[in-house]
Amino acid sequence: MRTHDLVIVGAGPAGITASVYAARKRMDFLVITKNVGGQAELSADIENYTGYKFITGPELVERFKEHLEQFNIDIEEDQSITLVEKSGDVVNVQTEEGRYQARAVIVASGRIPRQLDVEGEEKFKHKGVTYCATCDAPFFADVDVAVIGGGNSGLDAVLQSIKIASKIYLIELGSQLRADPIMVEQAEQSEKVTILTDTKVERIYGDAFVEGITVSRAGERKDLPVRGVLVEVGYDPVADFVKGVKKNDFGEIVVNCKCQTSVPGIFAAGDVTDVYGKQIIVACGEGVKATLAAFDYLSKLES
Amino acid sequence: MAKSVKVYSTATCPYCKMTKDFLAQNNVQFEAVDVGQDKAAAKEMVEKSGQMSVPVIDIDGKIIVGFDKKAISEELGI
Repeated sequence: MRTHDLVIVGAGPAGITASVYAARKRMDFLVITKNVGGQAELSADIENYTGYKFITGPELVERFKEHLEQFNIDIEEDQSITLVEKSGDVVNVQTEEGRYQARAVIVASGRIPRQLDVEGEEKFKHKGVTYCATCDAPFFADVDVAVIGGGNSGLDAVLQSIKIASKIYLIELGSQLRADPIMVEQAEQSEKVTILTDTKVERIYGDAFVEGITVSRAGERKDLPVRGVLVEVGYDPVADFVKGVKKNDFGEIVVNCKCQTSVPGIFAAGDVTDVYGKQIIVACGEGVKATLAAFDYLSKLES
Repeated sequence: MAKSVKVYSTATCPYCKMTKDFLAQNNVQFEAVDVGQDKAAAKEMVEKSGQMSVPVIDIDGKIIVGFDKKAISEELGI
């Protein structure tokens, strides 16, 4: 098996930016990923990526891809990664499709939406319950929906739904919404939106499709008849396959300011790490740091 | 004869775009319907697939839910 200098696992904003830097440094590297774009592709409206006052997630990803494609980079797509582990002087990377080896690896595998974990969620998945508002919101034309979660993703789902659904309940477990005030203000201005804080989802009910949710507030239960449930309750890092590195209580890979993990040769960048600020622009910057640090690490190995 | 391919999608759905791009790259002729605009098509899609997330791909009556590249390739022999 050929040992590469570097393998980059994942190709969201962090992995793509890491790849652009690695290509410009003419490093011997390979990108292994499930898809190119990652979560950024699922963002609807992006208004905080410097240089673009407004761009949609898919459009920004398109620009990222154009940037990436000007280099002749080896990208293995559609890979399900099963293992990243240091063994001796090399890091082994395994996928369901193949095995790879490198002197350094950058893990940039991102994170995936968390489940609500309530009765009915599994049964009504894709039958009214969705984790991709960008994909499925247009489906709830002229019906009532509930958006679960009052962070930026939840508010993003609410703002998308305002254009489509008749009535939107925004359900937040905590006592206040955590999203940016600019988004909350837009939601509050719409007559379609009802905000319910300190409110817990107890179950999702229906027959073949969702017909409503039961919520509770201060011990009082009530049914909300909705046809759509848009779940935006946070994310879990995709890091189970990375062995031997230190992780925090959330399962995120712990990195230092050079994106080094607890294992020399394994670097990590973006949302899969414990970095502060799960933002596209932050992930891009972290990808840069990881490549620069990996480059430095590799050059010291040779000397 | 080429199989009849219909893609049910919404305007904003990234996986729908990926599906359509994939079909186009493989020179597959297909009909695309926007279920966000066309309510009859939305109803038809739900009836055919028994669920309501996009994309749904109908290949000569065989229903594939989601951008399942492998299933689509197998069905079309690409």
